Amino acid sequence: MAKTLFDKIWDAHVVTEVSDGPTQLYIDRQFAHEVTSPQAFNGLRERGLSVLHPEKTIATPDHNIPTWDQDKPIADPISKFQVETLTKNCEEFGITLYELGNNKNGIVHVVGPENGYTLPGMTIVCGDSHTSTHGAFGTIAFGIGTSEVEMVLASQCILQPRPKRMLISIDGELDKGVAAKDIILYIISKLSTGGATGYFVEFAGSAITSLSMEARMTLCNMSIEMGARGGLIAPDQTTFDYIEGREFAPKGADWDKALDYWNTLKTDDDAEFDKAHYFKASDIEPMITYGTNPGMGVGITGSIPTLADIDEAGQASFKQSMQYMGFEPGDQMIGKKIDYVFVGSCTNGRIEDLRTFCNFIKGKKKADDVVAWIVPGSRQVEKQATEEGLIQIMKEAGFVMRQPGCSACLAMNDDKVPAGKYSVSTSNRNFEGRQGPGARTLLSSVLTAAAAAVTGVVTDPRTMLNK
Amino acid sequence: MAIEKFSTLTSSCIPLPIENVDTDQIIPARFLKATTKEGFGDNLFRDWRYDKQNQPKADFILNDPTYSGQILVGGKNFGSGSSREHAAWAIAGYGIRVVVSSFFADIFKGNALNNGVLPVQVSEDFLSQIFAAIETDAKTTVSVDLAAQSITIDATGASENFEINGYKKNCLTNGYDDIDYLLSNKEKIEAWEKTSFY
Ligand code: SF4
Repeated sequence: MAKTLFDKIWDAHVVTEVSDGPTQLYIDRQFAHEVTSPQAFNGLRERGLSVLHPEKTIATPDHNIPTWDQDKPIADPISKFQVETLTKNCEEFGITLYELGNNKNGIVHVVGPENGYTLPGMTIVCGDSHTSTHGAFGTIAFGIGTSEVEMVLASQCILQPRPKRMLISIDGELDKGVAAKDIILYIISKLSTGGATGYFVEFAGSAITSLSMEARMTLCNMSIEMGARGGLIAPDQTTFDYIEGREFAPKGADWDKALDYWNTLKTDDDAEFDKAHYFKASDIEPMITYGTNPGMGVGITGSIPTLADIDEAGQASFKQSMQYMGFEPGDQMIGKKIDYVFVGSCTNGRIEDLRTFCNFIKGKKKADDVVAWIVPGSRQVEKQATEEGLIQIMKEAGFVMRQPGCSACLAMNDDKVPAGKYSVSTSNRNFEGRQGPGARTLLSSVLTAAAAAVTGVVTDPRTMLNK
Repeated sequence: MAIEKFSTLTSSCIPLPIENVDTDQIIPARFLKATTKEGFGDNLFRDWRYDKQNQPKADFILNDPTYSGQILVGGKNFGSGSSREHAAWAIAGYGIRVVVSSFFADIFKGNALNNGVLPVQVSEDFLSQIFAAIETDAKTTVSVDLAAQSITIDATGASENFEINGYKKNCLTNGYDDIDYLLSNKEKIEAWEKTSFY
């Protein structure tokens, strides 16, 4: 029977079907971090269990770490304790840990792919919803809760209901100045934050296959923001070229064997999806969000909907979000004054993102009244940015690069946007308080964030691109 | 670690008629620094519940003594956002046993069940009926029967059935959790591993 890519990977990992219940699925790789794992390790201890396959889990602290002075002890004692707890747990249970300061430390979803831990055809989980990032390599990757982290540690398996399959196909060529981030914000604005709940999405079409691996990761990263369990893209030559030579990727004869397998990982021609959506790349312009969920986005030249555009059941939430954001329905987005810019996170904290940023700001200057946080996704990204001279370009334009971590994406550390201030952010969530209590977040691509950083207002980046 | 058993519950409700209540609202990220599961109930809906001086906001439902109970009734798309189980711990820790909505985010639903909190998905129409009943009488009760998979507005007798798979129902009824099940399948796991590509 013809199968989708999702079906092929899923079926290959079924250990057993629970009668009138979920599937017991085998997990090839687990990533762990300090925030969602301590209670799972406690659970193991309370039950007297060990970790079944410690070599299949990789840990790194990222959420709750400072992005400055990382060589000094963490100042906040509670954060320090949480990070130390991860170290202690990894030592006790024999798990590989890239701790603060290690040259492989960084955001889990950046560290996994860049070290060759993320490979096509794998099932991957992490106690973090943006695990969907790894779907860019043709994997079934999804976020799980802490009880499930404990399950995977104990049994390398998880119980999951089988999601339905959705195809999202985007054909055509993107306009100059439009990025993968704009594609995904556009799709979420069309489907809403619950539009893909219950589904696993495959992204396909010419606009997708022409994307780099970094861009594919940005896209899959945010599939969770439309409610999807995850999103994936069939691996192709772009994927293989990215993986080849990375530290933990297969080598020699293993590489050839892997390639043979990976080449089978595509949706069969006549396979069926439970639902399909088709979009045109040429309809997409740089996007910006105006509200308090990622589905509340518009093309940058557009305006906020009016109350009449919103169905009745949604009006209370819409009004609440307008009040929180300090915007009026119908407002134009271009020209809105902003205070902060955040470039980073597992959505847009990779080397390609920093290159894009630097290309744009080169020869320009940061707006005086804007505070900008440029945060690399990992130590390797930081090192590469230094080697490529990006830091120098930033410096000349008035920007400073911080040290890697989740930072202002969720503001667990000191990188908090003050109440009432506006922040154009390349991260993935604009929920109330996400970047600090009372902080107002406008999600965008790296280019749109860069344009805001140099003008101090929401600006269409296409009007000021460098050659 | 067993979860708390659930069979039937009759309780007044806490209404939260807002759509897309996300996990950052349920428990803001700055409260995720803990290394145990205790104490999250105190910070449930923290930023809606308390002002900047940490004073309770009088207009938020959890601070209104008129409303109380073990059933939280939320608007559509409840629990969207993060996979943080802390959201479920906060709800359970506050003493909620049932969350009712017309639509739940996937991960939240799973996390709730793993902590003995029953997510009950009802139709839009039934959800409006519950909100209306609470508006008429803040002390109105709703009854949930897991065995019958039914939810009833006691004042009107209106009732609806909800879905839950047989496995999860059994877990919740008997207080089993998934790890007990997975560990009983050791041989199957080992057999699968022989076929593994990685
Ligand atoms: S960068 Fe943000 S979204 Fe990504 S893992 Fe960190 S907190 Fe989560």
